[in-house]
Amino acid sequence: MVKKYWYIIGIGVQNTLVYRVNFLLRALFGLIPLTATIFLWKAVFAEKAEGSTVAGYTLASMVSYYLVVTVVDALTAVTEDDWQISADIKDGNINQFLLKPVDYLRYRLCLFVAGRFVYLAAAAVPVAVFVLVQREYFVIPVHAMTWVWFAGSIIMAALLNFFISYSMAMLAFWVVEISTFIFILFAFEYIAGGHLFPVDIMPAGLLEVLNWTPFPYQLFFPVSVYLERSQGLGLWRGLGIQFFWVIFFFGLARLAWSRGVRKYTAVGG
Amino acid sequence: MQPFTAITTGLRRYGAIYLALLKNSIVREMGFKSNFLLWIVVEALWFALQLGYFVVIYSHTESIAGWSKWEVVLLIGTAQFIQQLFTAIFLTNVTDLSELIRTGKLDFMLLLPVNTRFLISFRKVDLGGFVNAGMALCVVGYACNQLGITPTFQHITGYFVLCIAGVFIHYALVLVLAVSAFWTVRSQGVVWCYYNLFNIARMPQTAFRGTFKIIFTLAVPMLLIANVPAKLILTRLDSILEMGLLLVITMIWLILSEFCWRVSLRRYTSASS
Repeated sequence: MVKKYWYIIGIGVQNTLVYRVNFLLRALFGLIPLTATIFLWKAVFAEKAEGSTVAGYTLASMVSYYLVVTVVDALTAVTEDDWQISADIKDGNINQFLLKPVDYLRYRLCLFVAGRFVYLAAAAVPVAVFVLVQREYFVIPVHAMTWVWFAGSIIMAALLNFFISYSMAMLAFWVVEISTFIFILFAFEYIAGGHLFPVDIMPAGLLEVLNWTPFPYQLFFPVSVYLERSQGLGLWRGLGIQFFWVIFFFGLARLAWSRGVRKYTAVGG
Repeated sequence: MQPFTAITTGLRRYGAIYLALLKNSIVREMGFKSNFLLWIVVEALWFALQLGYFVVIYSHTESIAGWSKWEVVLLIGTAQFIQQLFTAIFLTNVTDLSELIRTGKLDFMLLLPVNTRFLISFRKVDLGGFVNAGMALCVVGYACNQLGITPTFQHITGYFVLCIAGVFIHYALVLVLAVSAFWTVRSQGVVWCYYNLFNIARMPQTAFRGTFKIIFTLAVPMLLIANVPAKLILTRLDSILEMGLLLVITMIWLILSEFCWRVSLRRYTSASS
């Protein structure tokens, strides 16, 4: 039972290896805006007095934030899975899954995991070099337990990202062209997920609302766990909300699939 | 007189072809009206997001590397204007290139009695891009108003010339990216690289230091494209040489892209039967 999914991971690795250069370029080009952002923050801090902070971040912890973001992003981000799933539905490639004893969601999850492995292998060198160049800013957690919470929140973030993308791609059952929806979602993930800046430098009222949405748990939360900015009650609350959203989107993904298949007319073959 | 008439007939012919392509694009877009409107919403949302990003940063500081909030808004608006103009005219065409090569559809283009580079560059027009470019200009205008600037006629003319140079740099760069990577990178990969690269065009050049600044000023002039026209309007140009530099680099990139295009075309082997 489990064995066949291991096979799928193996096949997924082989398939995505074809696009290793694609992944490498992605990782390399992703570093450009990141470096630019670090320069921007250095310029912001340069105008302030020595040792001053922005919403509790010193220059060092701000740079450190972006470094950890890069690592977490490499571990958990969805690259092209949503496009592929919607293409599978549109082109009728899912027909075979309706006939064979392979669950499509688990199948895609295996491919997602395989894709992350290949991405990590391709991105390891550029990301490592980047972190090394900025190593004076790279912090290691003080408490050993932080690693445990960090690992847990990373796995949940990866699952959350995957289930959100999967649910989104299910729209292809109803709409022909879903890229606009993907980009709208992507915009919210970008600003509310912590890609651009730490979510907690936003105004307090807005932050309180955002903390209940799934977005910060896709990227920002694991990073804040690593940086030990989420501690005690805040940590537990965060893990709880993150867990809730994982389950929620898992349910939504399942529901959307079963509804979609009912409506589905196999196009092509 | 001979070469002169040849040029005018050539221009007239290509103008007619472009008009036909434009009409074709309008018909195609109007076939998917809701999609067309949704794309405008997406672009507007991303633009708002870029502005929001700097608004959040400016809630913690007065200035970044000597740029005040509204000056940066003007800069972001300028970058967006150039980028959207480029999107409207070139983007989908250039990123489709890897797909044309992969599927062998380029054969068909090569057989048509038109300059192939013209055809692959101007095939589709993205009308939404013009709408978004207009929106960006409104933001630039509003920022001018906030700063109390009334640009002179010369400044406005210079601004648009520099912006058009920026569009051509975009075009040349993305073409090089598309042709040099078509063996391995899917078209989405090219778009991804493009968005990451041009992300930095909206940042004030003065914030950067060292090798990064040199590379993205002289080699890949991301930090000039929007900065120079914005500084012209803000009358902050250090010298007129900055404008010259942008124009010279534009020429170099256009020549380079033509070279890459020819080399890769020579290596092209059809993919279909």
